[in-house]
Amino acid sequence: MGWTLFLPLLIPLSTGIVLFGLRRRRRLVHTLAITASTLLLASAALLLFVVQRDGIQVVALGTWPAPYGIVLVADLLSASLLLVCVLVSWATVIYATTWIDPGRERAGFYSLVFILLLGVNGAFLTGDLFNLYVWFEVTLMASFVLLVLGVERGEVEGGIKYVSLNLIASAFFLSATGILYGLAGTLNLADLSQVLPSIDSHLVNLVAVLFGIAFGIKAGLFPLFFWLPASYHTPPVPVSALFAGLLTKVGVYALIRVFTLLFRQDPDWTHGILLACSALTMLTGVLGALVQQDIRRILSFHIVSQIGYMVFGLALLTPLGLASSVFYLIHHIVVKTNLFLIGGLVERVGRSSSLDRLGGIFRARAWLGIVFLIPAFSLAGIPPLSGFIAKLLVVRAGLDAGAYLATAVAVAVGLLTLMSMLKIWNEAFWKDPPTSGVLGDPNIPIRLVVPVLVLAAVTLLLGLLAEPLLDLSTQAAEQVLDADAYRAAVFGLHSSLENLTGGGVP
Amino acid sequence: MEILFALMVGTLYGCALYLLLRRSIVKLLIGLILLGNGTNLLIFSGSGLVRGRPPLVPVDATSVPAPYADPLPQALILTAIVISFGVLVYAVALIYRTYRALATDDLDNLTSTDRLGEVPATAHVAVEVPLQPIHGSGKGG
Repeated sequence: MGWTLFLPLLIPLSTGIVLFGLRRRRRLVHTLAITASTLLLASAALLLFVVQRDGIQVVALGTWPAPYGIVLVADLLSASLLLVCVLVSWATVIYATTWIDPGRERAGFYSLVFILLLGVNGAFLTGDLFNLYVWFEVTLMASFVLLVLGVERGEVEGGIKYVSLNLIASAFFLSATGILYGLAGTLNLADLSQVLPSIDSHLVNLVAVLFGIAFGIKAGLFPLFFWLPASYHTPPVPVSALFAGLLTKVGVYALIRVFTLLFRQDPDWTHGILLACSALTMLTGVLGALVQQDIRRILSFHIVSQIGYMVFGLALLTPLGLASSVFYLIHHIVVKTNLFLIGGLVERVGRSSSLDRLGGIFRARAWLGIVFLIPAFSLAGIPPLSGFIAKLLVVRAGLDAGAYLATAVAVAVGLLTLMSMLKIWNEAFWKDPPTSGVLGDPNIPIRLVVPVLVLAAVTLLLGLLAEPLLDLSTQAAEQVLDADAYRAAVFGLHSSLENLTGGGVP
Repeated sequence: MEILFALMVGTLYGCALYLLLRRSIVKLLIGLILLGNGTNLLIFSGSGLVRGRPPLVPVDATSVPAPYADPLPQALILTAIVISFGVLVYAVALIYRTYRALATDDLDNLTSTDRLGEVPATAHVAVEVPLQPIHGSGKGG
C-alpha cells in the first residue's frame, strides 16, 4: 500500500503547479482548488485508515534501503496529524475562495497554499532528518510569500520579523543536522535512534539543545516565540488561519519526533528544559493575550499559550503525557483555525477587529455568537467540548508524573484563557455597539459560513464522542514511544536488500 | 585542517551574530548570509576532511579502502546552498519592498506590528491590492 503515502504529496504538488499556470482564471481555479483539497482530504483519511489497520507504513524512495536512501514513514501520529491539517486547510480553501481579493489570487495564492501543504505533509511523512529540513524549507518558502502577497505596511513589517527569525531557526536546524551527521554518520531517524545511545551523551545533549532551539522557534516555545504575535495578525484572515493551524504544529510534531525517538538518553536534562519552557510558554502566552485589545492579536498570543500544553505532555515522556499531546494537537488545530475564521466573520460584520470598536454582534448575528462560543469554550477547556478532555488528559498526566508546579500553571492558564475568551465575547458580541449603525455587510456568503460550521461541528463531535480519538491518541503515543517498532518497520522493509549493500557509506 | 575550518566557522558565526544585532535591515540580511555560509562549512567539515581520496571502488577491489572523502555532506551542502540562495533572493526582494513601503532601513522603526493597538485597516476586509507598483503604499495605519 505504498502509494497511499505518496498521494498526500503528489496531490498538493501537482495542484500547486497546475494552479500557478491557471492563476488568472479565477472560477476555474476556485473549482480546482476545492476539488483538490477534497481529494487530499480523502487521501489523508485513506492513509490513516491503512495505518490503523496495517501498522506503520514505510516506503523507500527509489527502493534504496533504509539507512542509505530516504524513507517516508507514516505512523499513527503523523497520519492523524496529516488528516486534521488537511481538514482545516480544506475549510480554509473554501473560505478563501470568497475572501481573498483578485489581486492576491492572480499572484498565485492557491498555488502557494498547496505548496505550503506539500511542505507540511512532507514534514509529517519523512523519516530522514535532512529531508525534514528540506520539507521545512518548502513550507517556509511558501509561507514567506503568502505572508507578504500584499504590500501593506503591516504585512512587510511582519514579514521581515517572520522571515529573519525563521531563517535563524533554519540555520540552527542545519548546524544541528551537520553536527549530528559528524557524530553518528547517518541522518535516517530509525538508524540514528540505534546509533545515538553509543555516543558520548554530552555531545548528544548539545545537539539536542540545538534541535530544541530550532524547532522551538518554529513551534513558538517560550523564549523564542516573539516572531509569532508580531506577524500572524498581519496577512488576510485565511492566511492567518492556515498558519495558525499548520505551521507551529509542524514544529511541535518535529519536537515530539526528535525528543522521543532520538534524544531519550538523558531525559532529566533535555525534557527538564522542555518542561520549564512549556510551563513558561503557557503563562507568557496567556498573559500576552490578556493585554491585547484586538481579536487577531489575542488569538495569536493564544497560539503561543496552547503550544505550551502540547509540549508539556512531551516533556513528561510518559504514555499518558504523549497521548495528551497528541489529543491536544488534534483538538487545537481544528479549534484555532476555526477561531481565526470566525474572527474574520466578526471583522466583516463589525468592520473592525479591535474590541474597542466592536459590539452588538450577538444582536446582529446570533448564530455567529453561538458558533464563536463552541471553539472559544473548547479552547478554554469547558466540558463537554474537546478542549476539556484535552486539558483533563494534560492535568492527569502532569499529576501522575509528579510535575505539580507545571500542572498548577496549566490549570491556572486554563482559567485565564477563559477570561480572555469571555473578554472577546463581552466586548465584541454582548456590549452595545459603540456607534450606532456601523454593522456592515448584511449577508455573509455561504462559502464563509460552511467552513466555520463544519469545523465547529468537528469540535463538538471530538468532545461528545471523544472515545475513538482518545483511543487513537493513546495508540499513537504508545507507537511513538516504542522506538523498536519504528526501527523494525523501517528496516524490515528491505532487509533482504540490506545484505546486498553491506559496507558502503560509514 | 579541521581546526582551521572550525575557526572559520566560529568567525563566520560571530560576524553573523554581530550583524544580526545591528539595527540596519541590510546588515541583518548580510548577517543571515554569513550564518548560512558558516553552517554550510560546518556540515562540510562535520564528518572530517580527507584530501585526494574520492569514494570510488578500485577496479580490483569490492569496497572502498578506508580513508576516503565522505560524499554525503557535500550532497547535503549542495542542497543547502541552493535552498539558502533561493531564500536569500526572496529576502533581498522583501527588504526592498520594506524600504519602499516604510521608507526606513532602521529595525527600531518596525514596531507597528508589536505595539498594542489595531491591526492596519487594510488587512480586515478583502480589498483589491495593486501588486505591481509598490510606491509607498500609505494604506497602513
